[in-house]
This record gives sequence, C-alpha cells and structure tokens, in this order.
Amino acid sequence: MKLHEYQAKDIFGKSGIPVPNGQLVTAPDQATKAVQIINGPPWVIKAQVHAGGRGKGGGVKVAHYPYEVVTATETLLGKPLVTKQTGPDGVIVNQVLIEEGIEIDREFYLSMVVDRASARPTMVFSQAGGMEIEEVAAVSPELILKEHIDPAAGWMPHQARNLIYALDPVPSPGAIKTLISVMGNVYKVFMTLDCSMVEINPLVTTMTGSAVALDAKLIIDDNALFRQKELLQLDDPREKEPLELMAEKYDLNYIRLDGNIGAMVNGAGLAMATMDVIKLAGAEPANFLDVGGGASEEMITKGFEIILEDRRVKAILINIFGGILRCDVLARGVLAAAKKTDIRVPLIVRLEGTNVDEGRKILGNSGLRFLVAKDIAEAAELVAKQV
Amino acid sequence: MSILVDENSRVVVQGITGREGTFHTKQMLDYKTKVCAGVTPGKGGQKCEGVPVFNTVQEAVEKEGVNVSCIFVPPAFSGDAIMEAASADMEVIVCITEGIPILDMVKVAGFLRDKDSVLIGPNCPGIISPGKTKVGIMPGAIHRPGDMAIISRSGTLTYEVVDQLTRAGFGQSTCIGIGGDPIVGTDFIDHLRRFKEDPETRGVILIGEIGGTAEEEAAEYIQNEFNKPVIAFIAGQTAPPGRRMGHAGAIISGGQGKAEDKIKALQTRGITVAPNVATLGKTALEVMGKS
Repeated sequence: MKLHEYQAKDIFGKSGIPVPNGQLVTAPDQATKAVQIINGPPWVIKAQVHAGGRGKGGGVKVAHYPYEVVTATETLLGKPLVTKQTGPDGVIVNQVLIEEGIEIDREFYLSMVVDRASARPTMVFSQAGGMEIEEVAAVSPELILKEHIDPAAGWMPHQARNLIYALDPVPSPGAIKTLISVMGNVYKVFMTLDCSMVEINPLVTTMTGSAVALDAKLIIDDNALFRQKELLQLDDPREKEPLELMAEKYDLNYIRLDGNIGAMVNGAGLAMATMDVIKLAGAEPANFLDVGGGASEEMITKGFEIILEDRRVKAILINIFGGILRCDVLARGVLAAAKKTDIRVPLIVRLEGTNVDEGRKILGNSGLRFLVAKDIAEAAELVAKQV
Repeated sequence: MSILVDENSRVVVQGITGREGTFHTKQMLDYKTKVCAGVTPGKGGQKCEGVPVFNTVQEAVEKEGVNVSCIFVPPAFSGDAIMEAASADMEVIVCITEGIPILDMVKVAGFLRDKDSVLIGPNCPGIISPGKTKVGIMPGAIHRPGDMAIISRSGTLTYEVVDQLTRAGFGQSTCIGIGGDPIVGTDFIDHLRRFKEDPETRGVILIGEIGGTAEEEAAEYIQNEFNKPVIAFIAGQTAPPGRRMGHAGAIISGGQGKAEDKIKALQTRGITVAPNVATLGKTALEVMGKS
C-alpha cells in the first residue's frame, strides 16, 4: 500500500525524522491561509499523487510571493497531472502540500528495502541525492552504498558511520550527528510499520547542520496489513484504477493493460506466461488477472465480472491449470458470473489439472457457449482469431 | 534417484485440519505419499483422513518419526510454523502458504542460517519425485517418473511445463517449485548443485520470471559448474514495468529484474531459452533428443 508524501512526512515527523513545516490543502482559499502560517518565501507547492516522476511532470512548483502560492495551488488542484508513470490521461490532483523552502547545503539519497539475495533489510545511501536512483545505478554505481542489517542485532550505529564517513567530503560534525539519527529512525519506521520501502530523495543537510527529508515515499507490505490496521485509513482509493480497486476488494491480483483480450488465469507465473503467449500470437492482453492459488467460487465470479466490465475486451481467455484451485470451483464460479451478466464476447476455455473432468462436465452441461482449447498454443490461436 | 524427497520420506502436514490442508493431505495419500502425521495446535489426539493429529511437530517426530514437513498454515502464523519445523530438525520443509509478511521471512531466514533444514517456498507448489512421493499441491496425475528435473519460481506454470514434458515423452526425476516470494528458502543454484550429483537427472528445466536476479546468478553457475543440459523459460516478457517490481528492488539488483535482461544473461552463457511457453515441450525435444 502506497502512502502519500504528506502522510509519510506526518509519520516521519512523529518518528524523529525532521521534515519541512507544511500544510495540506484541498482548495485554493486554504492556500491563502496556509501561506500565512508557513515560513517563507520561498514556498514549495507539491501535488499529492502516488505516481512517481512528479517533478518532471510539473507537479512541484516553487513560489516567491504569497499570490504565487495560491496560483500554483489553483493550477494543480482538480486537474490531471501527467508523469511518465501515469499514462497519457494522467491522474487528478486532489490534494496539494504547501511547504517552507529549505536552504540546502548538500543532497543525499536514503532508502531502506529488503534485499532479496541476502534476505536482510538494507539501507541504501548515496551522495547523488535528487537524481533518479536507477540513473545513478546505471551511470555511477560506485556512488551507491549499502548496509545489510542483521535481524537479530538490528541497525547499529557503526553501519551509519560506514555510510557517512565514506562520503567525500565528509559532512560537518553536526550534519553527521543528524544523519546518524535519521538513519536509525528510518530503520525504526521500516520495522515498526512493516514497510516494503522507505525512501527519502532528497535527504538534505542545511548550512546549520540539520538533516531534513524534503521528499518522503513509504510503501507498506500488503501482506502485513492485517497487523497494521491503523494504517488502513491512509489508503487513498482515488489513486487507483476503478477495476483494480474492485479486484482488490476480492483479493484478486488484477492489473489493467492496453489490449483487448481479457484473461483469467490461476497463478502469477502462468498468468504472465499467458500474456506473453497472447502477444506472441499477435494480440494484446487487456489485463493481467491472477485469481490466485486458493480462489473461491465467489472470487472467480468477481474476477470474471471485472473482465466483462471492461468494455474494450473483444474476447476472453480462461487458462486454468488446477492445483490448489480446483477446476470444478472455477467452472461453478464462471457459471455464476454468466448467470448475472450477458457474455457478449467469445469465450475460450482451457482447463487442466485437479478435478479437470468435473470442471469440464459442469461447463459442458451448462448451456454456456464457449470454445474449448486443448492446450495453451491452441488457446492463443483461437484468441487471436477473435480480434 | 531423485533429490530431497522419495518413497522413504515421512511427511507431517502442519495445518492438516484446515480446508486446504485436509484436501491436499488426501491428494498426497492418494499419490502414496507417506503422510504419517498432522499438526494442529489444540487438536492433538484427533484423526484427519486417517492420519493422527498432534499438537506440536516435536510430538509428531517422537511418535511417527517424520522428517519432512508440508505447511498449510495461514500467513500470520507461517513464520512460526517454519521455525517450529526447523527446531524439530525436519530435513525438508515445504511451505505452501502465500502472503507471509516479508519481515517475518527476514526472521525465518535468520533463524534457518545455523539449521540444516532445507526450506522450499514459501508461496510454492512444493516438491514431487514422480512415482515416489509428492509433498505439495501439484496435480500428481500429470507427472511421470523419468530423467528431467524442473526448478521453478512459479506454481501453475510448472504444471503447464510438466504436462508438456510428459506429453512429449519426458518423465521427471524431481520437480521443485522454489516459490514466488521475494525471500524464499532455496534458490535455483541450491537445487542445481543437487541435480548435478543426481545420476538419474539428465537435464534441467529452469522456469524463472521477472524480478530479482536469481536467474542471472543461476546462468553464471550453470556456465561455470553445471555439466548437464539446461532449458530455461522466463515469464513476464510483456509485463508492464513498475507494476510488479518495487522501485527500490530494482536498485538493489543494480537495474536488473527485467525478463529481457534475464534471457540475455542466460543466452550469452550458452543456455537455451524457450521463446514461447506453448512450445516448451518441443524445445525440450530439440535439446534433449528422444528420451
């Protein structure tokens, strides 16, 4: 679950990670008031959307006069913001964060993630702050420093020193002290809130030697939300694609894509491979839908309804290789959806695995019109013929 | 031969009285897997599908001499279940559960460092040595005993590949789903080492997908140390960037994780990459000849 910058900064502020003074506004007249409370000039006006690439997309503005703050807020609020992560239509900006400008001495990159290979939380630090970190990794990987954390010991101060004293030039004693403190607190936030990522880019030090998180990105591990219930209220459904939101309610892994072949598959690997096969056959998938290993009849029904809801879909491919999900459950789920909604496009079904005979029988006796594919190659061919 | 599990494996099912646990215990018993015990805390003394249920894995070890565990416990309790199995010295622990918090797996990985248990999964279909035993949820009927090994990050995609192999006339020595989570107990290389020493395994199918760098590392190991034919397939060539891969995950792996990078890493090291999953059986025939 992604958090907005202002939500992450709120958490940072309460966790000993300094952030600029700021205020969230949802209407231009609130900006007039905000500018009276927040130190400035300059002020920074930042669109609050989950998509990355905000800066280059025009979602971050600097103002030197109060009226500019209001104008900038008006320009952003209620309008779509297009970044390289949003697609051509962009996302609507519902909220804007107005902050005091900070006098920057140096900019850094700081993040924490779980490193897959070592299975340890890992602090990533770089003096190339403010740049996109993938770019730094590609051009000057030597500028990216990492410290793996022993889960039994936790984050240790020497690890912070390893990262900070490797900088050239070494920061002032005051800056070192605040950077060490920020790193320790990032680790605490990461562990306490079950994060899959904490990222501060840039983390800056000021002339007076304090460290401030100018940006904040926080992603919570969806698998841990059952024990982070108080964070659930920070979820912003407006940021999500409506069909994806619907899928989320039923624990379905659905991603909307640009094509017109709807696909329902069990298992992420097979779902990805099925997308690949559709494309190799000359068609384009309209979605990725993994109904999961242990899908219930109701989940199958909902998944099928979501595909039918997508008006661009010209044909539907169901590719199921039953394991933990039994083919009879799949068949009943599809039938339940078919009873509620008219299936107006060709349906191609490929079933194999656990309880396959029962599943085929249920579909065969249902009166539902569909094409049977004997294997994945035939399924893809049949699908491509429909569009 | 086969690796890790065979007809002598004595299996305990953790979470045997749950819906999936019970269903797949029956499926395993039908496959002649020696499911000797089940564990559900508080239900010790009961029977499930004719299998005695215990309160702890330790008790199952004492009474039934089990040495392999198969876990169907809900995600919130799975980390603990894996550690319980390792504490009871299970040789192989298969964790089927999907959705375990990643920080729980960080703890598990730390806990297992000084243990001898081999963890397969989590978020995996398990392991099968066809004709001998299956420990997991894969449909047994599609497998045949034979000399091809499979190591895969996926579940259902593995069934697809097994089905094609069987239809193309290739049986399997052992098929392992290593799991689709960012942190799993064993990687491709761990099992390639075992298959290298298994005289019955003639070739290996490696099924990877986007994210992480396990395939790239496997490619390097295969080029340097592995002496049997390997056929690879990578799922997710059309997956949109940024949706499945975390932004910061990509930096940890130095910009790696894309299907095209993995395919390139494998191909430049002389490993055959099947271009299309629909024709993987055919690719296997081309590389291996008739079995």
